[in-house]
Amino acid sequence: MGYKDPIMIDLGTDGDRERCSGATLVRPVRARKLAKVPFVELADGRVQGVVSSGSDIARVYVSSVTADGHGLSCSTNNNRPCGGLSGPYACKHLRAMLDEAVLQYGRERVARYLRVEVGADSDVLGALDPHHAPAPAATVFSRFLRHLAYLEVPEADGPVPELQWFGATRTAG
Amino acid sequence: MRGTQIGALTDDAVPGLAEALAVVDGLDDALANGLGRLGEPERAALAALAAAAGASPLATAAADAVATLAAGTVADEYLAAVAGARAALLGAVHDALLAAADTGTGRSRAEWDATGGDSPGVPLAAARSWLTELAVTGWRGVGEDLVAASAPVVATLLAEPRTRRLAVLLDGFAAELRACTPIATMEHLPYRRWGDLWSRAVLLAQDTWPGPPAAAPVSGRLLPLGVDVHEHATAVQFEVHGVLETAGGARLVRVAAAAAKVDTIVGPAVWTLVDRPVLLGALAAGRALELTDMPLLPGGDLLWREDAATPGEPADPFTTARLVLPEATAAGVPPLDRHPVRIAEPVLLEDYTVTDHAAVLDGRALPFDTDRLPGCGPLTPELVAASTACIGLLRWDAGGWRVQPLAVRTTVKRKPATVATADWAQGPTDPKVAKAEARNDAVAVLRERAGRLLRS
Repeated sequence: MGYKDPIMIDLGTDGDRERCSGATLVRPVRARKLAKVPFVELADGRVQGVVSSGSDIARVYVSSVTADGHGLSCSTNNNRPCGGLSGPYACKHLRAMLDEAVLQYGRERVARYLRVEVGADSDVLGALDPHHAPAPAATVFSRFLRHLAYLEVPEADGPVPELQWFGATRTAG
Repeated sequence: MRGTQIGALTDDAVPGLAEALAVVDGLDDALANGLGRLGEPERAALAALAAAAGASPLATAAADAVATLAAGTVADEYLAAVAGARAALLGAVHDALLAAADTGTGRSRAEWDATGGDSPGVPLAAARSWLTELAVTGWRGVGEDLVAASAPVVATLLAEPRTRRLAVLLDGFAAELRACTPIATMEHLPYRRWGDLWSRAVLLAQDTWPGPPAAAPVSGRLLPLGVDVHEHATAVQFEVHGVLETAGGARLVRVAAAAAKVDTIVGPAVWTLVDRPVLLGALAAGRALELTDMPLLPGGDLLWREDAATPGEPADPFTTARLVLPEATAAGVPPLDRHPVRIAEPVLLEDYTVTDHAAVLDGRALPFDTDRLPGCGPLTPELVAASTACIGLLRWDAGGWRVQPLAVRTTVKRKPATVATADWAQGPTDPKVAKAEARNDAVAVLRERAGRLLRS
């Protein structure tokens, strides 16, 4: 079985889709439960996300791992450091965030983004060479708020012909 | 469609098609390398584009733009002329292909005789400047920083209903570029596709792009044929194709419902993002809809208003396709929407066998486009492979015709069944999928988080 990237659709080995208009390039991500980790992304050179607090419904943690040097950071959105993160040892928020990143994007893509080799059954975290590198929570948190803001955008009031270029496609299996 | 019709469509070459597309390909190759540093092949490609537009109203603008770009000056206005010339060429390609499809299917089509509305008059300079930066850099040079610079542009455009189309397009385009970085290491690039997305975006970002033309009220019975679903990470659109029976005759219409979403909302949950219970209810139940004074755009799009529709009698789409579709008149295509990707003509295929992912009738093969089967419905490539009848959209891409299934007559658990993309419009009807979907918390969690965090 060849490896199938869950995000990028293969453009074909002979390049026959180079002159194709309608082939959507990005497959939908896999469905996952969002209650614990409502947001995770590979962006700004980090695997980063937002983790809901288990005890306080109004509090969230912002967790991130840098691709360059594997710096770990976890704090509340008000920049209060997470007590569970000490030195190179990840807290439960970072673990949850990485697990959900693997669910959403696939192990291979997360590993590639973090520039590590990970076997099919092993843990991404175990492959890192991490250190503690606190980063401000504001950037990731504001990206999360912008993400949430899509849910507040009203339905379009007419057809969007440009979406003809984005035919729906089934999730990678 | 009959085998002979498929044969005529797939055998007959469209005169001038290859030559027009070769000119487009030349520009698309230049865009991959960036218009900021043109070599000899890129200059020749731009000159060919200007020559191709030479007999059109764009002649002077295109020639000036190409001369200026060749001299090393890049500015928004020159790129607009280049994008316009490319769009004009593909508009001509669209016209030729659509004429071939109409001839092949025996479809009559009304002439376009409307004019666009006033320009929205909203500031678009930020979008233009991002698109210029992109063209100067070229796809191969695009990195995460350039892609990230689109985010504030999109956020502003999304907040304004009149620039929604551009916002949706830029967001989908940027997400693809991001997923592909580093693009320099890609073996194959989607030249045609990114050329399309860039040039449509450049045109939508012009201050002179007109608003929608005036709608006219229509009344009658709408018989749905099927639903085409469009989706990228932050948008979903359900486009219903159907026949509207009015006192003046039957016409082909479309109804689009588009909503914003995020990437983690996938599968059947996307139906819950549009609040149109009358429309979705009729689709899920296989019913007609009675319309009273529903606004209709000249391009055949109904501007859906829930209070102008009531559920009607049960209506089998296959009966509609067999009896009413052949008599229906299609609308003229809005001039600025003319591009081969917009060709999506409802057709009925019956009594075929499936060989190599194609419907074969009287020895003539028409491939199925199963890549476009949506994840929000029960129609799968396997069900299409086992089908004997299909309502689909005739589409043209990458040099050939294909049919995208919307509904099939097939075999489920050894029994004959009809399966359509919109069967789950009001929730999955398959108990196993419904159970899994009941655990899908994406929309609820994100709405709760938005309610708590966006207003705190």
